[in-house]
Amino acid sequence: MKRYFFPALKLTLVLVLLTAGIYPLMIAGIAKMAPGKGDGVTIEKNGLVVGYANVGQQFTGDNYFQSRPSAVGYNSAGSGGSNKGPSNPDYLQVVKDRIDTFLVHNPGVKRSDIPAELVTASGSGLDPHLSPEGALIQVPRIAKLRNIPEQKLRDLVNEQTKAPLAGMFGPATVNVLKLNLALDEIK
Amino acid sequence: MNTELLGIIATYAITLLIAFPLGRYIAKVFAGQRTLLDFMGPLERGIFRFCGIDPREEMNWKQHLKALLTINMLWFVYAFFLLIFQDKLPLNPDQNVGQTPDLAFNTAISFLVNCNLQHYSGESGVTYFTQLFVITFLQFVSAATGIAALVAVFKALRQKTTSQLGNFWDHLLKTTTRILLPICIVIAGILAFRGTPASFAGKDTIVTLQGDTVQVSRGPAAGMIAIKHLGTNGGGWFGANSIHPLENPDYLTNMTEAIAQLIIPIAMVFALGFFIQRKKFAYVIFGVMTAGMLALLIPTIISEVGGNPAISQMGISQATGAMEGKEVRFGPTATAYWSTITTIVSTGSVNGFHDSTMPMTGMMQLIAMMTNCFYGGCGVGILNYFIFIIIAVFISGLMVGRTPEFMGHKVEAREMKIAAIIALLHPFLILAGTALSSFAIAHGWGAGWATQPGAWLNNPGYHGFSEMLYEYTSAAANNGSGFEGLTDNNIFWNVSTGFVLILSRFLPIIGPVAIAGILASKKHVPESAGTLRTDTATFGIMTFAVIVIIAALAFFPALALGPIAEYFSLY
Repeated sequence: MKRYFFPALKLTLVLVLLTAGIYPLMIAGIAKMAPGKGDGVTIEKNGLVVGYANVGQQFTGDNYFQSRPSAVGYNSAGSGGSNKGPSNPDYLQVVKDRIDTFLVHNPGVKRSDIPAELVTASGSGLDPHLSPEGALIQVPRIAKLRNIPEQKLRDLVNEQTKAPLAGMFGPATVNVLKLNLALDEIK
Repeated sequence: MNTELLGIIATYAITLLIAFPLGRYIAKVFAGQRTLLDFMGPLERGIFRFCGIDPREEMNWKQHLKALLTINMLWFVYAFFLLIFQDKLPLNPDQNVGQTPDLAFNTAISFLVNCNLQHYSGESGVTYFTQLFVITFLQFVSAATGIAALVAVFKALRQKTTSQLGNFWDHLLKTTTRILLPICIVIAGILAFRGTPASFAGKDTIVTLQGDTVQVSRGPAAGMIAIKHLGTNGGGWFGANSIHPLENPDYLTNMTEAIAQLIIPIAMVFALGFFIQRKKFAYVIFGVMTAGMLALLIPTIISEVGGNPAISQMGISQATGAMEGKEVRFGPTATAYWSTITTIVSTGSVNGFHDSTMPMTGMMQLIAMMTNCFYGGCGVGILNYFIFIIIAVFISGLMVGRTPEFMGHKVEAREMKIAAIIALLHPFLILAGTALSSFAIAHGWGAGWATQPGAWLNNPGYHGFSEMLYEYTSAAANNGSGFEGLTDNNIFWNVSTGFVLILSRFLPIIGPVAIAGILASKKHVPESAGTLRTDTATFGIMTFAVIVIIAALAFFPALALGPIAEYFSLY
């Protein structure tokens, strides 16, 4: 084994230097040129950071578009999902309660129109998005509370909807934080 | 056609477009032919001189394994102690604490063996120092170890009779400098420009729009996420892995990471064809592997897009499919695709939590890891497949009444014994482990343990059983994904999966390298009309049948108790 030990030791030193020293520094250097300079892309309002563009936030009030349920309360000190299995009775009860709550807060909405993402927890607990349907279904509630015509809010959602990548790949999304910031701008 | 389906078709198509030329390139690197990156030559020569290594010194198969095991042992000791003492080391802006010995044991082994089972969360369980000097480092070198071992097998198959299989150190370093590092720089660059953090700043504290005070975890993540996929490692920077919106910010990064984890496993198949100059043989292997992938992928997509029937019963239409544990920006189709590729190639990263997927999907994930050879992990995928080839050669030989031969060498008792042991090891470790943990729960073991067995499972019934079965399958396949509801950071799971990890990594490397080495040292028998050809569709089907039979017979009873029973309780 001695024949292999010292070459192994020295090669380990070199590989540590290459992969854990030089390589991450190089990537940090490249990222300096990227949006957010590698610290994460932030969104400001009146000169104050109110959030990260890619990290979701909780909106509990009925006067905002609400984000998806989260297993970590949208605090990205950590991250994670519920890890509940599809047949777990306790979990199914939670989903049922979420549907009932949603119907109470959004009178007039048909049960079968509720998008699944509004009653299920995301994987990261930090999902920043809704589907366009997930935002549109909340429009009547917000329009009433804020005294804004529904059509104006629907236009706002459509404006904030990001089309699939290159118009072809993946789902369309709406960033809830950006949508709510734009909502606050409407007089 | 809908955009979600189009998205995964494009992802796979781009994967193949990159993997084919990459395979040709890899073959050239190890054949010592001229390539684009020859400017690395002086650096590599300098490194070898410093290490006292002569890269032209040929090793036989035993010397290869000795070198491989020596350096791996060294890495384990290095990683274990850094993890325990990480709180006393620099680059710890969030003041995270050191790991307990049993967790450090599990983590060090798990990353050493390319598995990346994580019984900690990245935000709190490691520091920036250990994320880089333990996790990232091992993600590079464990992938390089698998490829280096496979190249020795390539060299054994190329020659008629030889004991000279190249130099292990040479394979290891060149894999790092010529393949992994250059591609990782490109991937990490893409991620950084789409919003993945890459600086050394610690957690940020912000006040949200509605006035909550929350923290945002960050760090030099982009580089680690690149090698995590390229090296089929899978261990995430953040607890939620590639579901986390900073680890995988949008659909483009999702495609990038999905492509990154599949290109080397597929490229190695093409590299085999170019290197031993039997392209047809490689195409047959590629065909069998792709058929295996599709057989797992299609039911997965159907069951995820179909949504959860229990939620349908509540009157929710689920037009976007099953969404528990998934992210809106990927959608269920891309998550289904990812769940299949991450389990066939032993990456184990996730872009949606597997614990919350439908029973059929869970079964496909399990079967993917139980077969563990459809493309497979970096280097080791083909080593696993090689075992099935040897068994298929033997069975075919018996069926037609001829001495089994492979690549002009007689396959005899000694090689068959090794192949059989390796093939049986995998089901043995998975089933014995699951039996042990089930026994602990059923018979009330460990009343004095800090985490009692009764508190292990996050879900009752069949699904709870699947959580345990998944954990051992993932460990034995060196995959690293999990039904994450399982409470796994305790002595029982840290230690038991730790041992499964070591055995199921090194024996399946030792076995194929030994078989290839022994075969190559035998007298070469020229091909004749009576030779069983291994580069035909018939032989491909034969191999596929062997894989299906071994997986189906060994695992069917366990699957029946877990996902199959859950399926029938739901539908």
